[in-house]
Amino acid sequence: MINRLTESLDFHAQALTLRAERQRVIASNIANADTPGYKARDFDFAAALREATAGNGAATSGAGGIAQGVMAGSFGGPVALRYAVPAQTNLDNNTVDMDRERSAFVDNSVKYESTLKFINASVRTTMDAMKSYHQS
Amino acid sequence: MSLLKIFDVAGSAVSAQSQRLNVVASNLANVDTVAGPDGTAYKARQVVFQTALMGNSAGALSAGDASAGVRVSTISEDQSPGRRVLDPKHPSADANGYVTYSNVNPVEEMVNMISASRSYQNNVEVMNTARSLLLKTLQIGQ
Repeated sequence: MINRLTESLDFHAQALTLRAERQRVIASNIANADTPGYKARDFDFAAALREATAGNGAATSGAGGIAQGVMAGSFGGPVALRYAVPAQTNLDNNTVDMDRERSAFVDNSVKYESTLKFINASVRTTMDAMKSYHQS
Repeated sequence: MSLLKIFDVAGSAVSAQSQRLNVVASNLANVDTVAGPDGTAYKARQVVFQTALMGNSAGALSAGDASAGVRVSTISEDQSPGRRVLDPKHPSADANGYVTYSNVNPVEEMVNMISASRSYQNNVEVMNTARSLLLKTLQIGQ
């Protein structure tokens, strides 16, 4: 029963964790905008979320493997970081495109906040359902 | 909490960029420094950035490391000869009447300053965004 209560929250929790990870990756790219030889990185959010919420599939090891893996910040299993293909080449081999990174950063933070809203709404719905009609 | 690590990453970038601004400031301050008695004038300095891993893994940057900060690895000196101006009446003039000034290029330094200032602002904005996201995350379920 408790499982079913938290089931809908689990999806959003996974999405929120992945959003936070992506925010960290983009922040690293912005921090290294002037570092010679740095390669910008990112990951495919849709694929990562699909993999993370697929349940205990082949990619995971044991119960809750993905959740723990993501929480620990290890990308060895579930999420593979990819290198960005530069739109314009740079003399110092840095592939950070600041326009792309900034738009990705803002996009990701808006989506992070919307996931937060989903979680809040879900919690509120559950709380409302738990209340007796005298309290409402 | 990966959002907390953003502060480490952006903080390292902010301190690296402020060090770069510091170097630019000392270069600009020494634009008109003349050579001392030993004949060596001020040499323009340049910071060299390097990726610093924020995780516990050491070694080269691999695709698996999500957070990558930045640090100043070395400060290199520009070894090109300084600007020479013919001014026989100057107290620091050499036997031929030339005065050696520092080899700082003010235009280069101004461009460097603008670039450092923009990168600094970008990273401050990253920290502000991470901060507001964290605060909103703390309010889940209220």
